[in-house]
Amino acid sequence: MVPLRRIGAGLRGELWGKLESFNPGGSVKDRAELWMVLDAEERLDLDGRTILDATSGNTGVALALVCAVRGHRVELCMPDKLSVERKRIAAAFGATLTLTDPLAGSDGAILAARAKAKDPRYVYVDQYANPANPLAHEETTGPELWEQTGGRLTHLVAGVGTSGTVVGASRALRPKGVRIVAVQPDDPLHGIEGWKHMATAIRPPIWDEAQADDHRTIGTDAAIAMAKRLAREEGILSGPSGGGAVAAALEVAREQEGVVVALLADGGERYLSTPMWE
Amino acid sequence: MGVTVRLPGTLRDAVGGETKIQASGETLAEVFADIDRRHPGFRARVLDDRGSIRAYVNVYVGDTDARGSGGLATAVPDGSEVMVIPAMAGGR
Repeated sequence: MVPLRRIGAGLRGELWGKLESFNPGGSVKDRAELWMVLDAEERLDLDGRTILDATSGNTGVALALVCAVRGHRVELCMPDKLSVERKRIAAAFGATLTLTDPLAGSDGAILAARAKAKDPRYVYVDQYANPANPLAHEETTGPELWEQTGGRLTHLVAGVGTSGTVVGASRALRPKGVRIVAVQPDDPLHGIEGWKHMATAIRPPIWDEAQADDHRTIGTDAAIAMAKRLAREEGILSGPSGGGAVAAALEVAREQEGVVVALLADGGERYLSTPMWE
Repeated sequence: MGVTVRLPGTLRDAVGGETKIQASGETLAEVFADIDRRHPGFRARVLDDRGSIRAYVNVYVGDTDARGSGGLATAVPDGSEVMVIPAMAGGR
C-alpha cells in the first residue's frame, strides 16, 4: 500500500492506494481464484475434470496460474477481440480458451460457461456466484487493509465487477467502523475493465448493495485520465479500473476526513496494446 | 444495398432497442453520421470530443480493425458488416 502524495495533496482526508498488481498473477483476482480452487478441492472430486470459468481476462490469468500450481486442467470462456495480453498469459499457464461473441461482452462469456457447465466433465467455479470469492476478501483483503493502515482505515473505495472485493472486504471492515464505497461505470458502454454497470448487466448472485455505504459512478474518460496521472505523478502504472477507483477516492477524500484507500485491481502493463496509452 | 451495423447490447438504447441495423455510407464516418441522423446522440456514444473512435470502443469493418486502417476514413464497401464492440468487458 502506498500514499498518493501528489494526487492526494491538500485534501481533507489522506489518500492511499492498495496495489493489487503485486499479487503473483498481477491482479486482485489471485485471491478469489485461489480460494475458489481450494474450496472445490475440498468439496468436489476433481479427478479427470476440467475447471471452468467465464472471464474477461484477469480471472483467467489467476485461475490458470492457480490450476497450474495445483495440477488441474482449466478452460476459460472469454470475449473475443479483447486485449491480447491476458489471453496469452492465461494460455502460457496452460489454459484452454473458448472465445465468445465480442458483442455480448462478459455476459456472453458467462452464458457460454453456463452452457458448458451442464457437461459433468467440467467444474464451473463461477466467480459471480461462488461464496469463496467474497470469502477470500473477507479473510485476506479486509484484514490486510486494516493491518497496513495500523487500524486507521476509515474508507475503502473499490470498483464493482463480480462484487467479491466489496462484499467480502465489507464483512471484515464494516464491523470496525470502516465505510465502504462501491464504484460502478457511469454508462453501460464503458472501458473500465472488470467493472460492471449493474443496472444493465447480468447481476452477480453474490452482489449485495447493502454491503456498501456509498455508491458512486465514474466515467471511463475520468478513469483513464486518472490512470495517466497515477503514472506521471505517482509512478504507478495502473489499469483503467485503478484509475477509476482513485478518481472516486479523490472525491471522498475531498469531502471527508480520514484514511481513504483506493483498491487498484491491476497494473497498466496488460493494457499496453489498447488505445488507453496511445 | 447499404451496410449492416452490429452493436453490443450496451448500445441498444442508443438506437431504439436494436443490435443490428442497416445504414449507408462509403466510409465509417458517413455510416456513423447516417445512424446519428436517425438516432441523435449515437455518435457521441462511440466517438470522443475530438471526433475519434473512443479509446474503449473497437470498430471492425469485416475482420479489419478500423483503428489500424484509417479510423473513421476506413472505406465501408457496399454489403459489408460493421461491428462496434466494447474494447473491454465487465467482471473480469
